Amino acid sequence: MTDDKDVLRDVWFGRIPTCFTLYQDEITEREADPYYLLLPRISYLTLVTDKVKKHFQKVMRQEDVSEIWFEYEGSPLKWHYPIGLLFDLHASNTALPWNITVHFKNFPEKDLLHCHSKDVIEAHFMACIKEADALKHKSQVINEMQKKDHKQLWMGLQNDKFEQFWAINRKLMEYIPEDSGFRYIPFRIYQATTERPFIQKLFRPVAPGGQLHTLGDLLKEVCPTAITPEDCEKTIQVMIHGIEPMLETPIQWLSEHMSYPDNFLHISIIPRPTD
Amino acid sequence: MAMPSSLLWAVDIFGRVYTLATTGQYWELCKDGQLEFKRVSAVKQCCWGIACDHQVYTYVFSSDVPIRYQEETYENQRWNPVGGFCEKLMPSDRWQWSDVSGLKHQQLDSFTLPSPHWEWESDWYVDENIGGEPTEKGGWTYAIDFPATYTKDKKWNSCVRRRRWIRYRRYKSRDTWAKIISLEDPSQLPDPFNDISIGGWEITDEPAGRLSVWAVSLQGRVWYREDVCHHNPEGSLWSLVATPGEVVQISCGPYDLLWATLWEGQAIVREGIDRNNPHGISWTVVESPGSENGIMHVAVGVNVVWAVTKDRKVWFRRGVNSHNPCGTSWIEMVGEMMMVNVGLNDQVWGIACDDRAIYFRQGVTSSELSGKTWKAIVSGRESDRSQTGSSTSLLSAGCFFSDEVRDQANSIIQSDGDVSSDTESPRVPPNHADAPLSGAAVSSNENNADSQKEVGTHLAVDPLDSAQEEANSTSSSSEKAGLEKPESSVDQDTHPAELQWTNIDLKEAHKNPVLTSSAFRETSSVSSLGLFPVGIEEPYGTDEHPFWAWVSGGGCLVDLHSPLKWFTIQTGLSSSVQSLSLSITPAQTAAWRKQIFQQLSERTKRELENFRHYEQAVEQSVWVKTGTLQWWRSWKPHKWMDVRVALEQFTGSDGVRDSILFIYYMHHEEKKYIHVFLNEVTILVEVLNDSKHSFALYTPERTKQRWPIRLAAATEQEMHDWLALLSMCCCESRRIQGPPSHHAVWSVTCKGDIFVSEPSPELEAAPHLIPCDQMFWRQIGGHLRLIECNSQGIVWGIGYDHTTWVYTGGYGGGFIQGLASSADNIYMQSDVKCVYIYENQRWNPVTGYSSRGLPTDRYMWSDASGLQECTKVNTKPPSPQWSWVSDWYIDFNVSGGTDREGWQYAADFPASYHGHKTMKDFVRRRRWVRKCKIVTNGPWLEVPPITLWDISIIPSSAADEEDSIAVWAISDKGDVLCRLEVTQQNPAGTSWLHVGTDQPFISVSVGAFYQVWAIARDGSAFYRGSVSPKRPAGDCWYHIPSPQKQKLKQVSVGRTSVFALDKNGNLWYRQGITPSYPQGSSWDHVSNNIRKVSVGPLDQVWVIADKVQGSHSLSCGTVCHRKGVQPLEPKGLSWDYGIGGGWEHITVRGNATEAPKVALQDTSEEHLAKSLDPEDGENGRKGDQSKANVMVIEGQELDRNAVSC
Repeated sequence: MTDDKDVLRDVWFGRIPTCFTLYQDEITEREADPYYLLLPRISYLTLVTDKVKKHFQKVMRQEDVSEIWFEYEGSPLKWHYPIGLLFDLHASNTALPWNITVHFKNFPEKDLLHCHSKDVIEAHFMACIKEADALKHKSQVINEMQKKDHKQLWMGLQNDKFEQFWAINRKLMEYIPEDSGFRYIPFRIYQATTERPFIQKLFRPVAPGGQLHTLGDLLKEVCPTAITPEDCEKTIQVMIHGIEPMLETPIQWLSEHMSYPDNFLHISIIPRPTD
Repeated sequence: MAMPSSLLWAVDIFGRVYTLATTGQYWELCKDGQLEFKRVSAVKQCCWGIACDHQVYTYVFSSDVPIRYQEETYENQRWNPVGGFCEKLMPSDRWQWSDVSGLKHQQLDSFTLPSPHWEWESDWYVDENIGGEPTEKGGWTYAIDFPATYTKDKKWNSCVRRRRWIRYRRYKSRDTWAKIISLEDPSQLPDPFNDISIGGWEITDEPAGRLSVWAVSLQGRVWYREDVCHHNPEGSLWSLVATPGEVVQISCGPYDLLWATLWEGQAIVREGIDRNNPHGISWTVVESPGSENGIMHVAVGVNVVWAVTKDRKVWFRRGVNSHNPCGTSWIEMVGEMMMVNVGLNDQVWGIACDDRAIYFRQGVTSSELSGKTWKAIVSGRESDRSQTGSSTSLLSAGCFFSDEVRDQANSIIQSDGDVSSDTESPRVPPNHADAPLSGAAVSSNENNADSQKEVGTHLAVDPLDSAQEEANSTSSSSEKAGLEKPESSVDQDTHPAELQWTNIDLKEAHKNPVLTSSAFRETSSVSSLGLFPVGIEEPYGTDEHPFWAWVSGGGCLVDLHSPLKWFTIQTGLSSSVQSLSLSITPAQTAAWRKQIFQQLSERTKRELENFRHYEQAVEQSVWVKTGTLQWWRSWKPHKWMDVRVALEQFTGSDGVRDSILFIYYMHHEEKKYIHVFLNEVTILVEVLNDSKHSFALYTPERTKQRWPIRLAAATEQEMHDWLALLSMCCCESRRIQGPPSHHAVWSVTCKGDIFVSEPSPELEAAPHLIPCDQMFWRQIGGHLRLIECNSQGIVWGIGYDHTTWVYTGGYGGGFIQGLASSADNIYMQSDVKCVYIYENQRWNPVTGYSSRGLPTDRYMWSDASGLQECTKVNTKPPSPQWSWVSDWYIDFNVSGGTDREGWQYAADFPASYHGHKTMKDFVRRRRWVRKCKIVTNGPWLEVPPITLWDISIIPSSAADEEDSIAVWAISDKGDVLCRLEVTQQNPAGTSWLHVGTDQPFISVSVGAFYQVWAIARDGSAFYRGSVSPKRPAGDCWYHIPSPQKQKLKQVSVGRTSVFALDKNGNLWYRQGITPSYPQGSSWDHVSNNIRKVSVGPLDQVWVIADKVQGSHSLSCGTVCHRKGVQPLEPKGLSWDYGIGGGWEHITVRGNATEAPKVALQDTSEEHLAKSLDPEDGENGRKGDQSKANVMVIEGQELDRNAVSC
């Protein structure tokens, strides 16, 4: 019998093979080879692309280099979304590796946040964790932790240390058994087809009557368009970490096992490929 | 979560008795549902009740162990020259048939069954055992004269002889209501009963299962049932206990609290209840909280008293304890109740006035006995599935129990909810003030099958008839409305005139919104009104909730750690955790779960398979954890010193991660360090210490020295963080993960920690045996005293509190959490043990015995040895993980006996003590006990309800996998038991089969080929004949005398070897066992200083030995492996020393891993040669290793670093 813990491992060690190519209009001194990398799904683009930056900077003049940013098929990629989410949202059902274009000029101010240092990522990451715990435990767990525990969460993510991260993160996933779950489920629903960044509402894991809410219940309530009526052909996919969990999956279980390290369930809703 | 299920008992308003399990979700109708009851009072093992015929009944739970009572009588004979031994006795002699003393005439046929609830087990037979020795056939024992010492041998001067006849009777009325039949003179009998309460089992545990049963008759008299105990569940007779007034209701706590309510509204408190005086001595009156509203109902626990006054207000009595049973003052609590009941752990239940639902008081802890909030139990009735009906008739219990109640109408108030209404509403005309609301019916629906008749007749004669009916019509509609829509209860305000006679329930409904917002703040929207969410498909969804009349939690153990499912209504994924079908929960088999696993693996394949050559974005690096700990420094004087520690973890070129632990310390102002490669560490073990959070770290070298590295952390959490991390590193470097294999060797330390080691094939029977100090042990969560396993992965354990546990197949638990622990199969586990101290006194001519001793005397409060001072105040639980769960109390179960105050006398300290004072005694002592409890978790599920002393599992059974696995056990009362239907799929089996014995047993072992050996309490051994898969319990016992002058205490049976251990620590091997003569012929001495023995399926012999000498210190409780055991040399040659001290138990009965053998002769020679290796001398074993006994060198410092000695 497979252990639920294996899900945590699979989620953590999810990798997306990626091919980085320099944007054609960037001024280079010589031809830049594409750069191939396995990106951790649970991490952030700007956190794991030092090698990419270094690789392309080698062929560029110092004065042509400003803040790096990434783009896929014309859309700038938000570094503050986890990589797996970006991939699921923009590039699901495409051929691998994932082709990302690297830019050093014309930073799209209206689409992207600046990321001048890793501290910015850390601040963003910790803010997400805190927000998630506010929803789950009225911030009680995160506030009881020591500074070094917070640091360990971040270092775990940064250094891709599963054990180090989960040694602390498990505390964030605990709840009083009597409650059958968290207070609210931290989730965000992203839709490829709309302009709206994401949907986030208060949603309890357990119905007032005590039965567990499912992924289907969540979608029905906060994003009914994602639910295909019965006897209709399914036109959309509900994706987390590159898979489509059944709508019967209890949302509490998903939150415990398939949240990103920022403790949010990032759910992508994308059109189903028509083939 | 793994707590055993216990039951909450309740009676609904129709007199039907229901139980709700702590692990259950539905009320289940009592198995014996024929009778209707008005009162029940439950404890763990039974329930007493008063049925509607006003008779008392007891319901004793069935159990795999029968309630049996041994009757005995003696047949006496005298020798005369004519007839030899014959029945002709001298006139001065005793009766020919008598009791043991000879004073009482008792013939075989004078024994009759005490009640129809008993049956004879078999006919009379002769006992052929005297003090562990078998007698000649016929069982005669001989003496010079009556009374004298009897021997089994007839001597020249044996003039008299006697033999003992025994016969067992069995209590048969279990799982059914057995009417208590009174044998007394009918004129002395109590009038019909009105209330009952049982408890008092904590006053004394002798005889086993003793209970105080208190009852109140309709005339207000109080009765005590004499002699109720395990083997006499009905008790013998009712004794009248005088009271200062007419009693209405009574409540008896688990210990010495007993309160009752008087008709006039005061409470009376029984004082002077103790083990010598379970009736108590006198009553003290306690006034009600307010003069206008008397006390209607009381409920007591160990340290609490709750009361309900006539205005339905709930009160908590402040300051109640054993020394002050009356308490100090009343505090008003939120909520309005018909009645309240206090159960185990002083938990509280109540029946609310407004909705007749049962509420549980949440948040009751020993530090906050009054709890926090009332929470409604919303569980439905299992039976509702069949008993559907659009509406339920509602009436009060008092109404239902008809005639007698009405006869008593002017003097009796039915305390279960009927309240004189003047306390309720000022609108009530005063002339009705005394009228009991026996007809406090709320609604009556003639369609209801259960109640129409009684209701009908009763209502017809009710003096409040007309008002009643009006009320009925109103209330039935408003009640229904109330159930559908809480707001509608407000409507009632518009009909105050009609409502003034209705049941208080409805009046109280007005207050409901207030209650909901204050007292019930924390409840979910499944509100106190019993509203079920619309649209949920429930098996009983359309039904209204039950209306309750009475509740009893005296047998209901609610634990803070075990969540109850009573407060929510679950659907779909309601996993029944308690079910012993291990490791399979609905969540795990659910389709969604399978799909996630499948998709994740597909995803990994899709996204990674063809791209493994890609570079990783994040490089792995060395990871260091540092911290501050204390270290028990290795040079003298030994003491704790602060050290910095750093754990460096790195990935080797082969991909294996390895770690080094550095300990930096200052020595003569110079910074130094020691380091340990974690792949050399053999064990990390917590050390028993009542003040420090400390653990020891062993390597093979340090095991030889008996001197581990000992570290301490500032907090328990910090220690556990380090232990978890270090043990993870150890396991990683040895590539050990997941659950232990079926062959694993399990052991338990004296601290109760559980360790497991994976045996390599070289551990047994290889040319080069692995020394057992190189075995790597990892911890498994949980707390046990004893553990036994077999090679099919069946593992059972027994806790210090004798609770039985079965292994779930998981790993981790305890401090090992998160990743190094399985997510499923880990359950909460608790254990209770006793801490003992001694009060010592010396006699002097002036004051008699006093705590003033001689200057040379021991401490007046000490440990058993007298060397350590142990006072009640300074004695702490064994470690910070334990917490006290009782106060200090006197222990009367001390060997040698005690007087009524628990004292034992002796001429001087230290000496052997006896239970009565003689002229020569100048000192006395008594033992005090205090219980402490640990709560942890691990891969263990409780196997309730029988508590055990010993257990054994057949090492490996026949090739047929279908056969069930033989498991034998000894209950903590000494019963021999055989577990049925244990299989790999169901390691817990289904039930116990009781195997009859004539005396209590203490040890059992089932070896290969179903050889079952057991040890009786008299120290002799027994072999069980004809045990087979077809006949799991065998047919008869063969008595095997113990070795000369030794009393055996443990036995272990391997493939063919049988080893036994006596009470003086000698290990014996049974010679001469052959298939045709499995009992063997004689005992052969093997070794001394042995504490426990485990013989495995390869006939390998492992022991826990005392006094093992290491190079630095001596250790007690050390794991040792017998070397040189061969088929022709089953006793082996010498000992190899493993981990310890501080070990308590080991089982190697899973390890059937045989290495390929070489010629026998070579092997044993090699062992001899090895044992003469000079290196051994260096290790302080003083050369002569081939000597069988464990070496002892006196005068050496004991190993202070052992887990404990």
